[in-house]
Order: sequence, then structure tokens, then C-alpha cells
Amino acid sequence: MKKRRLIIRTVILTILVAAVAYTLYANFMQDHKQKVAVGDQAPDFVLTDMQGTKHRLSDYKGQGVFLNFWGTWCPPCKKEMPYINNQYHQFKDQGVQVLAVDIQESELAVNQFAAHYKLDFPIMIDTNKEVMTTYGVDQLPATFLIDKSGKVVKYHTGEMTENDVREFMEKIKP
Amino acid sequence: MKDVKCECGHVNPHGTVLCEACGKILDEQETNKQLLDMRYEGSARRSQTYNKTMIDKVWNFFSSVKVGVWLIVITLIASIIGTILPQKMYIDLPPEVYYEQEYGTFGKLYYQLGFDNLYGSWWYLLLIALIGVSLVICSLDRVIPLYKALKAQRVTRHEGFLKRQRVFGVTQNADKSDLAILKQHLVQKHYHVREENGNLLAEKGRFSRWGPYVNHVGLIIVLFGGMLRFVPGMYVNENLWIREGETALVPETGEQFYLHNNQFILQHYDKNKNKKFEKALAKAGNVVKNYQSNVVLYKRTGEKIPGEKPKLEKVKEYKVRVNHPLTFEGYSVYQSSFRSEMNAMRFALTNKKTNQSYGELKINLREPKEKYDLGNGYSVEILNYFPDFEFGKDGEPTTKSRVPNNPAFVFRMYSPEKPKGETSFVAIRQTIEPFGNNTYKMAFRGIETKNVSGFVVRKDSSLWLVILGGILFMIGVVQGAYWNHRRIWVQNKNGEIWIAAHTNKNWYGLKRELEKVLEETNINMPEDQLQREETDKEGV
Repeated sequence: MKKRRLIIRTVILTILVAAVAYTLYANFMQDHKQKVAVGDQAPDFVLTDMQGTKHRLSDYKGQGVFLNFWGTWCPPCKKEMPYINNQYHQFKDQGVQVLAVDIQESELAVNQFAAHYKLDFPIMIDTNKEVMTTYGVDQLPATFLIDKSGKVVKYHTGEMTENDVREFMEKIKP
Repeated sequence: MKDVKCECGHVNPHGTVLCEACGKILDEQETNKQLLDMRYEGSARRSQTYNKTMIDKVWNFFSSVKVGVWLIVITLIASIIGTILPQKMYIDLPPEVYYEQEYGTFGKLYYQLGFDNLYGSWWYLLLIALIGVSLVICSLDRVIPLYKALKAQRVTRHEGFLKRQRVFGVTQNADKSDLAILKQHLVQKHYHVREENGNLLAEKGRFSRWGPYVNHVGLIIVLFGGMLRFVPGMYVNENLWIREGETALVPETGEQFYLHNNQFILQHYDKNKNKKFEKALAKAGNVVKNYQSNVVLYKRTGEKIPGEKPKLEKVKEYKVRVNHPLTFEGYSVYQSSFRSEMNAMRFALTNKKTNQSYGELKINLREPKEKYDLGNGYSVEILNYFPDFEFGKDGEPTTKSRVPNNPAFVFRMYSPEKPKGETSFVAIRQTIEPFGNNTYKMAFRGIETKNVSGFVVRKDSSLWLVILGGILFMIGVVQGAYWNHRRIWVQNKNGEIWIAAHTNKNWYGLKRELEKVLEETNINMPEDQLQREETDKEGV
């Protein structure tokens, strides 16, 4: 009798504690959700760059991908874009690809920006924020570092120095 | 920790106050009392007796009604505090700025203590959860012994039990026929009558004792429904803005559904058409009659990766109006808001002296072209476009965002007279000619706007559970409130007729019923011992 009572009480309490713990955990996750976290497989996407070439992320398997979300109007983006361009020249022959995804801007703005800063890496426009939503980006600039197997190695938000960019590219060099 | 065997032969669990079967008092202390405490039938509330392991200790803590009441009081106080200042989701500024700026030190403290998001905070959820735990354990700990005691009760009861009932009376020389009449009356009053050796137990409305527990089950289901909202996919409440003529993905549908906005319609009440309300309308100004978005719902066919254009299949067309949402597969799309956005600007290339126009151009502010050819050697090139123009810190024109709130352009105007072009900076109500006097200007001709519909996408798969819980809650309340559990014992003791009666509420009703039942018999109306006690005291 006593043993049964203990078992029943333990089972009921366990269920209750589990329910409470799940609710608290789910509530916590809602506040701190990161759609694509470090260690995750980077979600695939397809975008067309300003020259009309299609870029599909999964086509870059075997290379490191420096995935940057940006906008022509965002001041830190203006600062870091030339750095990324410099390092792109250093690393492009070592198997590091830069994909710069502009969020919902006009072709004119992006083209003029690219021409002004003489950017050579592929730039594409995410017209309806689909890729941005998939990656759960909310503030620009945001950078995902994806290694040769397609895994996210690092997620960085905010401005980068040229040193940061170099370090990051070094990290994903295959 | 042994079970207690009563002299009637029934084995009661340890801690029982009144024998479940015959009602004999098993707890010494209880014998000193004039009247019995009939709560939970004097059954053994386990929690009060076993207190060995950690599990028992936790169990016993939550089994206490006192603890439950305190949890509720604390939650109530917290809920009240949450209503003093607006919660985080209803303010526009960042909370760290807002509270101090609007409410001073108190506001700052309010924010620092985390009351800005009180109803979503972990400790508030924990309080609610603990109330749930308390509810489950309190109920289990009471309903099971009560059920067992009521099930085990026998017709024949112990003298001590009968004597200590609140309504009790003895009749010396009653007739056998009186008992027969009494029994007949009881049956007429819808009592369930059991007989044993000439003793009667008449009982009705026992199910009203389960009312509070049915009510608690309802509450627990409501809490469980609330918990389900945290399960991904169970609850969706998202905003969705779609420009006229555009198609957007409906959020949280697993990239399955797309919504195309054909047109947004805003209608006002017409003063001339509604003569009856002419005065009221004149006083109130524009009164909106209808907010409507004509939409088409599409479903995606085939696989798709982000960035790719989806293949869509039309599902249905619908006119979304306030309170008339578009519904599909558990989702509801409500009309909730709208705004008007600048969509295009029109300019005319004009000779400043003669005011002669050499052609008009319309610039789409979302997708401006690089060059506009006006024919006859006239053309305009956009050198720079600032959708949300401002002067930067360095004095250079720049844009604050990608949204065309305040568009500005640097134009290069080509004409037969100036084949190399003239540069002009044009913003709203502002023109700068950086390289001296131009022959031509871009004369502003107008703005075109586009409506943007604001929708709320909602899905609540937990709603039916909450409704079910609510219904059970009410059934429990009604069950416990509108019926009473009444028992009347009629027993032969030493050649006398003993009558005792008990109800869980409404003693007046019980006594009136007893009077009716005892009509046409020689059996004395039993006395209300509690009332007698009180009159005795008053007499002193």
C-alpha cells in the first residue's frame, strides 16, 4: 500500500513538474528564439545577383560561405562593405565565397552603392524578405559564417572591422 | 501506520475520524464534541497522516488549502500590479526609456522589477502553474477519501454518530405503520431509500458533492489549454502588411499559403445619403463605414526554397472586412489596419525661363529606373536616390531607411542645349543646383499613393479545449450550488426511533423537508442542536 502510494504520488508530481517545466522553457524560447543557430545546417536559398547569375547556397558545398545581410542605408554596412571587398580578393582563391543579401531595396540603390564602393562580390536582393525571415535576421548588418559542410559556424550582428572580416574568413577557409 | 478496524467490522485507513461504514467515532478527541465535523465525512485525508518521504512532504505542502489560497492571493496582487502602468507590448518607445520618462522614479523601479512584461514573465507563469499543481493535489487528496467514505457507508449507524448530528431527535413509542408512511414520503420526495434490519437511510443529491471537483477539472483543462499555446503551431497571432497589387507569404503557415491584395477599400458614411443622421455626421466629421481588403488566397504547389518564386494555386477570393475574416485550415485573417504609402512621383522636365514642359516622367519609388528617355533629345538620369532623405552628419545627403517616406533625387537632365547634362538635387519642396544656374528644372507634378492593408493572422487550436474547460467549470458550479446532498437516518435503537439528518448546505430546506416527510406520523420532529446551543448561550 505504502509503496503504491509513493509510486502514484511520484508519477503525478513528475507529470506536473514536467508540464510546468515545459511551459517555462517554451516561454523562455519564445523570447530568445534564434531561427538559425550556430551548429545548425544553414537553410538553402536561391537568389539572383545584379548580373543575373543565380546563386544557390547548396551549390557552394565544399567552400566556406560568408553570408552577409545588409542595406544601402545602414551606416555600419557602408563602413564594412569595403573591408569585405578587400578580404574577398584575398580569400576568393582559397575557397571562400561572399554572398551579400540586400533587404528589399531597389536595384537602382543597390547598383549605385556597389558602383560607388566598387564591390566585386555577388550582391543579391531579397525582394520579399524571404531569406531574411528564414534566417531570422532582424537587425542589419548580420553575418552568417558557413563552413564547407554547410554548417553555421558563427553568427555575428553589428559592424565588423577589417580584422574581424579576415578572422571570419580564415575560420571558414576549407 | 496501521489500518483501523471498527467494532462494526469495517476496516478504515489510518487517520480516519469517523468509521466509513457505521460512523463510530474513531478519534478520541472527537468524542468530546457536541456535534461532529462532517467535512469530508471524517475520512482520512492521507496527506495529514503520511509524512515520510520527500515526495510526501511536497505532496502535503500542495495539499493544503491554505497554501492554495495564498498562491491565489499572491497571483491576484501581482495581476493588479501589472495593470498600474501599460505593459511592454502596448508602448512605442524602448521600455528602458519609456517608463522613466513617463512615470519617473516609480516607472524606473517598475521596469527594473520586471513588471513591464508581467503576464509573460517566468515567475508569473510559475505562480499560475503552482496554482494548477495545488488544484490537482488538493482535489485528489479530498475527492478520493470522500468517494470511498460515501461508498462504504452503511445504513445502520453508530449511536454516537447519530447523536452528534446537527438535526437529531428521538421518538419513544412509534408505530410500525409510521415507519411505512415515512418511507413512502421519503420516496415521494425523490430520496433513494435503503433499508437494513428495520433501519432506513434516505439519501439524495449525492452528486452535488462532486460539483467542486468537476469545477476543478474544468479549471485544470483551461490551464492546460493555456499551456498548449506555447506548443509551436498551436497558437498564431502575427501581423501581415500587404501593398495593393502584391502577394505575400502568410506567416506561420509553413510557407504554404500566400495572400494577394487586390484592393483596399475605405468607405465613409455619406451625409447626403443618410439624412436621418445628418446632424450627427456633421458633428462627428468623417465616420468610417467599412474597411475592406479584396484578397485572393493561394496555396503553394510543389517544393520551394527561400528566394525562389513559388508556384501558386488559387484557393479562393474573399473580401476581408472587420469581423469578417478570411478563414482557411484553422487560420483566420482579420482586417486590422491600413496605411497609405507614397508609391510614385511625377515630374516634368521644364525650361525655367519659358516654363515649357518637354515631357513628363513617373518615378516608381520602390523600383526607380536609372534613365528616363523623354524623346527629341531630352532625357533624365537618376544619379542618386534617397528614399528616406536627410542630411547626414558630414552634410552629405543620405537616407535613413529603405522606406520612401521622404524621397529625394539627384537628377542629371539632358537636353539638346545641354547635351552634357545639368545636375539638380530635388527633394520635397526643395531644389538645389550644386553647379550653378541650370536652364532646366524638374517641376514637381504630383504624388501617387498606394494603400497597404494591415492584417492579423490568427490561429488558436487550444480554443476548443478552453471552451470545454469553461463549460465543465460552469457545470461544476451549478452542480455544487443548486443541489444539496441530504441524508436522513431513521434507526431503531433500544425500541426507540432515532432520526438524524445531515445536509452539506441549506439546513432550513432540510428541516422543512423533514417536517413534510413526518406529516401524518407520530414521529417527533427532530431538533436542530446547533440552534438549541445558540439559544442556550443567549439565555445565559
